[in-house]
Amino acid sequence: MMTSTITLTANAQSISLSAKQVSLARDGNQILHNADLHIQAGELVGLIGPNGAGKSSLLRVMAGLLDADSGQVQLSTADQPPQLLANISGRERAQVLAYLPQQETPAWPLQVEHLVGLGRAPWHKPMSGKSARDKQAIEHALAITELQPLRQRIVTTLSGGELQRTLLARVFAGEPKIILADEPIAALDPYHQLHVMELLAEHAHQGGAVLTALHDLSLAARFCSRLILLQNGKIVADGQPIEVLTTENLEKVYGISAYVDCREEGVVIIPRKRVI
Amino acid sequence: MHTKISFSVLTIILLGAIVAAGALSLNSGAADIPVLQGFADIWQGEQSLAATILGQIRMPRLVLAIIVGATLGMAGAAMQGLLRNPLADPGVLGVTSGAAFGAVCVLYFGAAAAAWYWLPSAAIIGALLSLVMVYLLAGLHSSMLALILAGVAMSAITGALIAVALNFAPSLYAMQEIIFWLMGSLVNRHWDHVHIALPLAVIGWLLILSRSRFLDALSLGEESTRSLGFNNHRERGILLFGIAISVGACVAVSGSIGFIGLIVPHLLRPFVGYRPGRLMFASALGGALLLILADILVRQFDSARELKLGVVTSLLGGPFFLLLILKTRSRWA
Repeated sequence: MMTSTITLTANAQSISLSAKQVSLARDGNQILHNADLHIQAGELVGLIGPNGAGKSSLLRVMAGLLDADSGQVQLSTADQPPQLLANISGRERAQVLAYLPQQETPAWPLQVEHLVGLGRAPWHKPMSGKSARDKQAIEHALAITELQPLRQRIVTTLSGGELQRTLLARVFAGEPKIILADEPIAALDPYHQLHVMELLAEHAHQGGAVLTALHDLSLAARFCSRLILLQNGKIVADGQPIEVLTTENLEKVYGISAYVDCREEGVVIIPRKRVI
Repeated sequence: MHTKISFSVLTIILLGAIVAAGALSLNSGAADIPVLQGFADIWQGEQSLAATILGQIRMPRLVLAIIVGATLGMAGAAMQGLLRNPLADPGVLGVTSGAAFGAVCVLYFGAAAAAWYWLPSAAIIGALLSLVMVYLLAGLHSSMLALILAGVAMSAITGALIAVALNFAPSLYAMQEIIFWLMGSLVNRHWDHVHIALPLAVIGWLLILSRSRFLDALSLGEESTRSLGFNNHRERGILLFGIAISVGACVAVSGSIGFIGLIVPHLLRPFVGYRPGRLMFASALGGALLLILADILVRQFDSARELKLGVVTSLLGGPFFLLLILKTRSRWA
């Protein structure tokens, strides 16, 4: 368990994922428009913006699941120069980069530990069973997500919070350096929201990089080292939470008038009323 | 419901049951022969009646029951895993009806009598052609839903063409032959049938089993599977090709035998912790077992008017499936 953490930190500095001038149109609608963004080791970056701003599409392009019409996504890892994500094999990409979709519903009533084990897929060799490293990674993932007591449980009987943690453990089990998560805390109670955000922050702290779409602006400000604000497929702000979450930006992008307060323990945002 | 039983124990139980059922199968038939003596005669190369019945009639029949049952069970489990739906069966993509249509064409033109290999070859070609047609209709990089719709359309078309063949059957005899063939049976099969079915079935099995990790990952959804590094289109293509050639080869020698591919995976799923990859292997064993038992049952009735194997599996399968749905509907609701 410790060794994996150490290796992650050792070559952490050179890991980065960047999108350059990414544009995407579907059925005549411009979904992404020349989006430029860069995330690197040690960062927990929040992707915020109203519904339909293009957060999910941008994440999927960054994850290599959706091909942009123009622009490129580059991945650099410790031992290699920057490469185009499109030129990397699916397996190699999956070993570095994990993606957690917005709604992932397991098709079968699997056990928690088996579902978490699916995250090891990028490391499996053909015609061989679970390696010692696989077992170790699965145990580590179960431990950090505090799922060990639930390991035998059937995923369809879990609460929403427990299921989300299980899916996150699936991501951690793959030992990715970069995690892209699409609204991982939507529909969770505050306790589980904090738990998931803490896990993502810890991953960044240990030298990983996280880009996550979020709707809860206060939690985004509290946990993210940087926020990227998206409006109609364009990145309109990118910086420290305090620089991004201004009353002007909230009014311009979200169409709301909000109370923004920077306190010792973080930024507090209380939406007051719609302005458009 | 998760039943605590390890995979190796399950495998051993199923294998043991197959051996027992196989022994019973060799003992059942119209003629009452000393089975052990028959084996001894085969071993010593003596041309006794028991040796002939055993070696030329009952053994190939048993081996075919195992091949066909295993293929249908495995293909059913693979299809259910691929569609993430417990109600799918190997016929969803029109492969079975394509194979049936190929065979019916041969029967219609009376070519089946010319040489024994015409029928199975036409069925395999029919199965592959319908898979190609489904891909052409749906497009190579289509969604699973488009493939299913194309498969349903192909099944409907081949079903209609089979009806046409029946309608214009040259003689009552040909019509009867087509209908009986469509019902599915393992009667009067010989080693040649094993030789044509086995290689294709084995290739199909290997292709299907080699994709078990993909099916496991697919439990999470197509998007997640891709993010885990799988090339979904490629994996799916390999899987469907494996299903098409193995099922095609089996339909070619046995005719259509329903419900095995639907029921066996359903029954065994709780015993493998609902994991699609392991379910395929277990379902192959379960399918072989069920078909051997059904084939024994068929032989218990009057041999003058033969009860068809496909009729038995449907008769048992239909109500049984209904029972399963009633029992589990709260869980899948």
